[in-house]
Amino acid sequence: MKIVTVIRRVPDAEARVRVEGDDVVLTGAAWVLDGMDEYGVEEALRLRESGIDAEIVALAVGPDATEEALRTALAMGADRARLLTTDAAPDPLTTARMLAAAIQEEEADLVLVGGKQADWDSAALGPALAETLGWPVADWTTSLAVDGDTLQCVHDADVGNEALAMPLPAVVTTQQGLNDPRYPTLPNIMKAKRKELRAEPAPDASASVRTVSRTVEQRERRRTLIEGDPREGAHAIVSLLREAGA
Amino acid sequence: MSGAERGPVLVWVDVVGTEPTRGALQAIDAARRLAAAAGTHVHGVAAGEDAQVAARYLPTVHRIDALPDGHDARVRAWHASLDGTGATMFVVAGTRTALAVAPRVAVRAGGAYLEEAVTLTVEDGQVVAERLTQLQRVTERLVAEATSAVVTVKVGAFAEAEPAEELGSVEVLDVVADERDRRVTVRPHEGGSGAAVALEEADVVVAGGRGLGSAEAFDTLVIPLAERLGGAVGATRAVVDAEWRPYGEQIGQTGKTVAPTVYLALGISGAVQHMSGMNRSRWIVAINADADAPIFQQCDVGVINDVHAVVPELMKALEER
Repeated sequence: MKIVTVIRRVPDAEARVRVEGDDVVLTGAAWVLDGMDEYGVEEALRLRESGIDAEIVALAVGPDATEEALRTALAMGADRARLLTTDAAPDPLTTARMLAAAIQEEEADLVLVGGKQADWDSAALGPALAETLGWPVADWTTSLAVDGDTLQCVHDADVGNEALAMPLPAVVTTQQGLNDPRYPTLPNIMKAKRKELRAEPAPDASASVRTVSRTVEQRERRRTLIEGDPREGAHAIVSLLREAGA
Repeated sequence: MSGAERGPVLVWVDVVGTEPTRGALQAIDAARRLAAAAGTHVHGVAAGEDAQVAARYLPTVHRIDALPDGHDARVRAWHASLDGTGATMFVVAGTRTALAVAPRVAVRAGGAYLEEAVTLTVEDGQVVAERLTQLQRVTERLVAEATSAVVTVKVGAFAEAEPAEELGSVEVLDVVADERDRRVTVRPHEGGSGAAVALEEADVVVAGGRGLGSAEAFDTLVIPLAERLGGAVGATRAVVDAEWRPYGEQIGQTGKTVAPTVYLALGISGAVQHMSGMNRSRWIVAINADADAPIFQQCDVGVINDVHAVVPELMKALEER
């Protein structure tokens, strides 16, 4: 089978966010493979290690610098990588359309997508991709298994969790709890440099949502700080609870 | 586009027991604001008997019967409600299910998707929303440049709607599921958390971090305090990774997002990833022995002390009030 893991390059969570004009400036930010996507790469590797004959392709849409995140996926163990280059910063639905064409061309059986993208704070990419492809989707998956042409998984619902079964091809969105992603070893990082990474321009796709401005806002908090007698602290909390009506 | 061309604003209403969920009430409020800005009115959409409950809030409710389980049937139903009513705007609370279903409805309708909106309006005939990005630190203003717009509403961002003065009418909307809507089979799975109060719906959340020192501290401090306040229990990623608590209780970037009236953080340092899941709470209370913990920069009341000393005093003070 062929497994495609979708990769995104995002600023590291510790990066300081600033806004200049209408745009976000991430001065000195380290850019990393989105932690949510690491679960997808790891799960693809585990499916192969469980005895399934699988080719694993890491696929991304983004600027040229996304190559670095793709190399991380290759160093973890993906077989080859494809980058659909664009500097346009497309939204999730537009990104889904760009990815869908490449996934159809690959004739993939299973696509793994991070459950929530750290830069967009969005959970839309996986479901939008499945809908664009006309495939079923399992969201917020915490375990999965491939049984012939059927995908079995457990996912988080609004309350508790559910077991899902669906025919392949399918899209799965990953999250923490699915697995414990491996760190690339030095020999594998070296090996990854020689693996195929093909870059081509992303297909044209017009967006239906336009970002007009960005602002950084910090909510003003009271910051009443109490040190010393724990009783004093307890009483300050009780008066706040009373004020809040809780 | 004028209000008449846009048709009504549709709002999906989920019901638990005999009341809409808090999320649904907030979505109704958001839909009312959007309708006022667009110069149109709001229609509800609900499954089966839920429509009767929704009709206490909305003048017209479209009732959809006999939906199979799973997301595929919901995509069908929500898309059909846009198609069947001439509506171009669909609003729903940003639950986990809705965050997976709504973008698909937007794709199917060839429309725009506005995810987890915190404000909603109409400018020059186009739906405009604000949403939070970059781990909830940046507010982005987005314009939907399509004929239709599907909107999920961020939990806690809107007020809870009051019932209407008159009971609305309920009309059946026929939706025919096809084979594609039954391709995913769904069954309950063992081991779900049996929380008394759903985390996202709770008015008070008591959450614990590594600073509690042990899993037992949840049993002796966090859970009794949550019970005393009628709230839900939450946890940080570090606590979940240490297997002190289940994933279902995790709050933050890779867990749930909550916005209760009061968020009590016990032994939580306040890493960016955690704050992104709770920084929309109305009031934040922090108890932590580490005076340098970043959470003290972003709380309303901060007690710099050992949680093991403060929580028993807090329980005592609550008994006295």
